[in-house]
Amino acid sequence: MSRPRQSHVRAGIFWGLCGIALFLIIAPAIDIIVSILAHALPVLKPSLLTQTTAGNQLGLQNAILGTLFLSLGVLVVAGTIGVLAGLYLAEFAPPRFASIARFFSEVLAGVPSIVVGYVGYVALVNALGWHYSYIAGVLALSTLILPYIVKTTELAFSSVPRTLREGAIALGMSRAKTIRKVLLPPALPGIVSGLVLALAISTGETAPLIFTANFSDANPAGLFKPVGYLTGVTYQDIQLPGTATQALAYAAAGVTVLLVLLLIFAGRRITLRSRRMVARMDV
Amino acid sequence: MSMISAPAGKVSAGRARHHVSDTELTRSDKVLRGIAALAAIIPTGLLAFIAVIMIVAALPSIIFSGFSFFTGSVFNFGNLYATTTITHNGITAPPHAVYGALPLIIGTLTTSLIALVIAVPISVGGVLMLNEIIPRRIADPLSVFLELLAGIPSVVFGLWGVAVFGPFIAAHVYPAVSALGHIIPFFKGPVGVGQGLLTASLVLAVMIIPIVASTTRELLRRVPILAKEGALALGMTRYETVRVVTIPYIRTGIVAASLLGWARALGETIAVLLIIGDIYSVPTNVFGNTSTISAWIASTLDGALNDVTGSGVHALAELGLLLLAISLITNLAGRLVVRRVAGGVLPVGRGV
Repeated sequence: MSRPRQSHVRAGIFWGLCGIALFLIIAPAIDIIVSILAHALPVLKPSLLTQTTAGNQLGLQNAILGTLFLSLGVLVVAGTIGVLAGLYLAEFAPPRFASIARFFSEVLAGVPSIVVGYVGYVALVNALGWHYSYIAGVLALSTLILPYIVKTTELAFSSVPRTLREGAIALGMSRAKTIRKVLLPPALPGIVSGLVLALAISTGETAPLIFTANFSDANPAGLFKPVGYLTGVTYQDIQLPGTATQALAYAAAGVTVLLVLLLIFAGRRITLRSRRMVARMDV
Repeated sequence: MSMISAPAGKVSAGRARHHVSDTELTRSDKVLRGIAALAAIIPTGLLAFIAVIMIVAALPSIIFSGFSFFTGSVFNFGNLYATTTITHNGITAPPHAVYGALPLIIGTLTTSLIALVIAVPISVGGVLMLNEIIPRRIADPLSVFLELLAGIPSVVFGLWGVAVFGPFIAAHVYPAVSALGHIIPFFKGPVGVGQGLLTASLVLAVMIIPIVASTTRELLRRVPILAKEGALALGMTRYETVRVVTIPYIRTGIVAASLLGWARALGETIAVLLIIGDIYSVPTNVFGNTSTISAWIASTLDGALNDVTGSGVHALAELGLLLLAISLITNLAGRLVVRRVAGGVLPVGRGV
C-alpha cells in the first residue's frame, strides 16, 4: 500500500509546483498592469492632450500623435509587405522555398531590437542622409514587426478549409479570383487580428526608435523630421529628477499600457470570432 | 484535369497545396504571384542586409582592437575633444581610446542565464498546468496573460522593475537570498535598493516567459494523443502520464524553447538599461552593478557620435555584431530543433 500513496504524494507535489508556476506567470502580468495604471491614473488629465513635451509644458500631444503616425506608417509598410509575403507562403510558394523563407522570417524576429536601431542609424540616418526622421523610425519598426504579420497572415490563409478551395477549383476560378472571392473573406479576421497584435508590439517598442526617429518635442512635422513617441517620454523622463517629469513618465507609460491592452483584447476578440466562423464553414 | 490530380498524400495536416502548373495561371495570377514572391523574399533580404551592415560597420573596430576586444576590461571612448588622434593597426582613434568588452560579455551572459534558469521551469510548469489540469473553459481565458506579458512594452517592464518590483523584492526577498551567501559566495553582499543584477535577471525572466511558454504549448499540442490515451488506459494517473509520455516527448523541444528564450533575454535593451543602468563593471555578487551589451550600446551611442574618427561608433558596432551573432546562432539552433519536433508555424519574437 505504500507505493501508490508515495506516488500520490509525488503527484501532489508536482501539480502543486505547476500551480505555483502558473501563479508566477499570472501574478506579474496583473501586478505590472495594475501598478503602472495606479501610478498613471492620478496624473492623467485633459491638458496632456493639448500640450506637448516642449519646454515647461507637461503634455503628451506630440508623443500620442507621433505614436499614432508611426503605427500608421508601420501598418502601411510592414502591413503591405507582410500580408503579401504571408499570402505567397500559404498559396503560391513551392514547399521548400516556403519553409526556408518562413524560417528566416522567424529568425528576423529574433534580431535584437537595438541592432535593428543601429542598422537604421548607419544605413538610413547616416548613409542615406535622412537624418533622424519619422521615415527612418517607420522602417526600423517595420523590420521588427514584419515577421509577426507574415506568420499570422500565412496561418490565416492556410487555415481556410480545403473544401472551399476545392469548390473554387471545381468552378474553374482563376487563382487571383479564388484568393479574392473565396479565401480572403474567411482569412480576413485572422489577418486583421495579426495586424492589430503587430501594432500592439510596435506601440511598445523603444530601442529601434531612439537612433532612427530620435525624439521631438514638437508635433510630427513631416517624413524627414524627427518624431516623438510615448515610450520615448517614459524612457527619457524617468531618468530625470523632479516629480513633474516623473509624473509625465508614468502618464506616458499608462497611456501606452492602455493602448496595448486595447489592441490585444481587440485582436483576441477578432481571433475568437474568426475561429468560430472557420469552424462553421468546415464541412 | 491535372489540377485535381494531386495525390492525397501531398495534402498534409490540413494545409492544402494545389500544384497548379504555370500554364494554368492567368496573367493577373502571375502578376499577383510575382509581387507576393517579391514580398516573401524581403524578410530574408532584411536579415542579410542587417548582417552585412553590422559586419561592415564593425570591421574597423575588429582591426583596431583585435582579440583584446574580448579580453579587455576597459572601455574608454578616449578624449573626444583632443586635436590629435592615435593610429593603431592603420585605424585612427581619439587618444586613450580602448575598447575591451569583457565586463559587458560577462554581464550579458550572467543576466540572461539567470533569467533562463528561472523562466524555463516556470513556463513549462505553468503550461503543463494550463493544458493538462485546468479545464479548457478556464484555461483559454487564462492564456490571455501570456499574450499580455508578450505585449507589455519593455520600457514598462523597466519602469515596473525600478519603481515597484525592485524595491519590493529588495526589502522582502533579497535578505533571505543574501543569507544563502554562506553556501554560495556569489549570493553574498549588500542587497541595495533592488537595482542590481538579480532584479534585472528576474524582470528578464518574466519577459521571456511568453516565448518559452508559447513554444512549449506548441510542443504539447504535438504529443501523440494515442500514447497519452494508452497510458491512461493502463491505469496511469495524469501525473504518471506526464512523466512517462509527455515529458520524454517534449524534452528536446524544451531545450530548443529555452534557446529561443535565451536569445530574447540576450537582446533585451530598454528594461535592463532602466534597471541596472550602464555601470561598466564585472559583478562581484548577485546584487552588484553591471551592464549588458545592448544596454551599453543604447546608452553610449549618442556620445560616441561625437567621435570624429568614428572609431567609437565602430566599436559599438562590433558589440552589436557580437550580440547579433550570439542571438542568431541560438535562434537558428533553437528553431531547427523545435521545427523537427513540432513543425508548423511557430511562435515568433516575443512569443506571439
